[in-house]
Amino acid sequence: MRQTRPALLLIAPSIVFMAALFLWPLIAGVTQAFHGPDGATTQYVRRMADDPYFWEALRNTALLIVVLIPLQFALAIVMALLMRERPRFAGLHFYIWVVPLAISDLAAGLVWLSIFTDRGYLNSVLDGLGIPTYSWLSFEHPQTMFLAVVVAELWRATSLVFVIVIAGLQGVPRDYDEAASVFGATYWQRVRHVILPQLRPSLQVALILRTILALEAFAVAQALTGRNFPLLVGETYQWYYQLQNPNVATAIALVVLALSIVAAVGYLRLMRP
Amino acid sequence: MAAVTVTNLVKTYPSGNRRATDDISLDVADGEFVVLVGPSGCGKTTLLRMVAGLETPDSGTVSIGGRDVTRLPARERGLSMVFQSYAIFPHLKVRQNIGFGLTMQKVGKAEWNTRVERAAELLDLTDYLDRHPAQLSGGQRQRVAVARAIAVDADVLLMDEPLSNLDALLRLQFRAELKKIVARLGTTTLYVTHDQAEAMSLGDRVAVMRDGRIAQIGAPMDVYDHPGERFVGGFLGAPPMNFFTATVHHGNLVVDDQSVPAPASLAAWNDKKVLAGIRAENITITPITQDRAQEGVEAEVEVAEPTGSAILLTVRWAGGELKVQTGPGVRVAPGDRLRLDLPAAALRFYDPETGLALA
Repeated sequence: MRQTRPALLLIAPSIVFMAALFLWPLIAGVTQAFHGPDGATTQYVRRMADDPYFWEALRNTALLIVVLIPLQFALAIVMALLMRERPRFAGLHFYIWVVPLAISDLAAGLVWLSIFTDRGYLNSVLDGLGIPTYSWLSFEHPQTMFLAVVVAELWRATSLVFVIVIAGLQGVPRDYDEAASVFGATYWQRVRHVILPQLRPSLQVALILRTILALEAFAVAQALTGRNFPLLVGETYQWYYQLQNPNVATAIALVVLALSIVAAVGYLRLMRP
Repeated sequence: MAAVTVTNLVKTYPSGNRRATDDISLDVADGEFVVLVGPSGCGKTTLLRMVAGLETPDSGTVSIGGRDVTRLPARERGLSMVFQSYAIFPHLKVRQNIGFGLTMQKVGKAEWNTRVERAAELLDLTDYLDRHPAQLSGGQRQRVAVARAIAVDADVLLMDEPLSNLDALLRLQFRAELKKIVARLGTTTLYVTHDQAEAMSLGDRVAVMRDGRIAQIGAPMDVYDHPGERFVGGFLGAPPMNFFTATVHHGNLVVDDQSVPAPASLAAWNDKKVLAGIRAENITITPITQDRAQEGVEAEVEVAEPTGSAILLTVRWAGGELKVQTGPGVRVAPGDRLRLDLPAAALRFYDPETGLALA
């Protein structure tokens, strides 16, 4: 019992912090989504579900996660394995590969917009080469629009996975590589049987983080496509600012929260050793 | 089974300003157990790693079983290795760890099982096959590392200080066990250690290394009894060999007013200084008497350390400090004066300049 008081005192600041910035907004959010002028209601949730944009946003978000995350992990792992071979100018490569981490999503979105837009860099180059230009971001071309979002997100967010994988790789002693190669392992056997299994905790963390962040993807798609390629968080923005309906906006935000929790718990269970 | 031949191996690390191995040549016969021993930084581990294919030599060749493997990657050299850190994989169970080499070679399931179980049995690991390394003690992890190395039936077994992370008692136990196992397998073995006692006890031959070169190689007792240079005598043995400078004068070794008979072979060094060496256990002590004919030199006891099976004395005489090993029953105390007998047959002589043995 003597231990309880100082312990409480010590964690009090973080309890206050968590309560003020997480618990309170969560309660307020749930209240806002399920409480109308006449008491408890599901009208906002129904309104959300009746909106075709919501289902499109849900589909797009899911599609983005399914396409983006495997690509990002493959890229990040390859990049990290390349770094492990200690190439020349490794520090410079690392720095360049990590730069996107330091750039805000909106800025990244605007940069990619200047590339993909009708009179952007990409079309200028194509034109210069005598290849006909293309309206990459037009709502008439949903495939290239999606592709542009994927490319931009890939550029922007792969470095996060890369950094986590690099950190994980540093925890795998080189002795293991050496032991594996003495016992006859080829490079791929080493990666498969020795390195990847030991990266599991790092990959798990990266996967949870990236999935949650991908569920929250917003600024890049917003900058590139506006509402032509709706995403869930983009829809909360729409409902909150354009349609001035914070209740429906919160309902969508709660969907994002629920999906994030499901994803995190799912990964933790799936990747349990 | 295969012989290992190392020819003129030179290796300089990019960061080092001297050669880690300096033109080393070494022949390990088929089935032989050779121990590389030396102080840290002498190049023994570098040499082993070049044989393993984990380091590339600047020049020179390594061949295994008559095949030049200098440019081959480790996995194509047909050898196995026990690492100082064990390097057993934490994510694999003991069974998969022992069978790792076999898995890489895609050995069939039935044979895989037989060989893993045989290796586990040899190292008393049968009860631990389904555990993870984290659930094992240091000694058991060490056994897993050895079991993994022998499960592949490689032509050559390399061991890099495999016992150095064990506590003293376990090290002593496992040393004997290792010797038995390797003898039974008959695998050509190259073993690195900094522990001279380990080197003496394990090797068919011991190669004492210093500054990137092999100072002396031979059967343990030969190297121990006839160190080819002062360094070897001072490195092998606990306590190390005693050295003192003496002048050869008419068939005697003279130090101050003390003298002992010198062997005839030193005639050429008359009136010159030589470095004499003698092992602690070859010196016998007697109380000082008035008998004028008594042989030997006078000394005073400074420290007496009982070790159980013997007493180690540190004595001072005209030639400096000497370590003397006597039987456990001898009663001596610091301050006692003794007569030391330094038998000519046990004395070794070195050039005081070069430290090399005199012919």
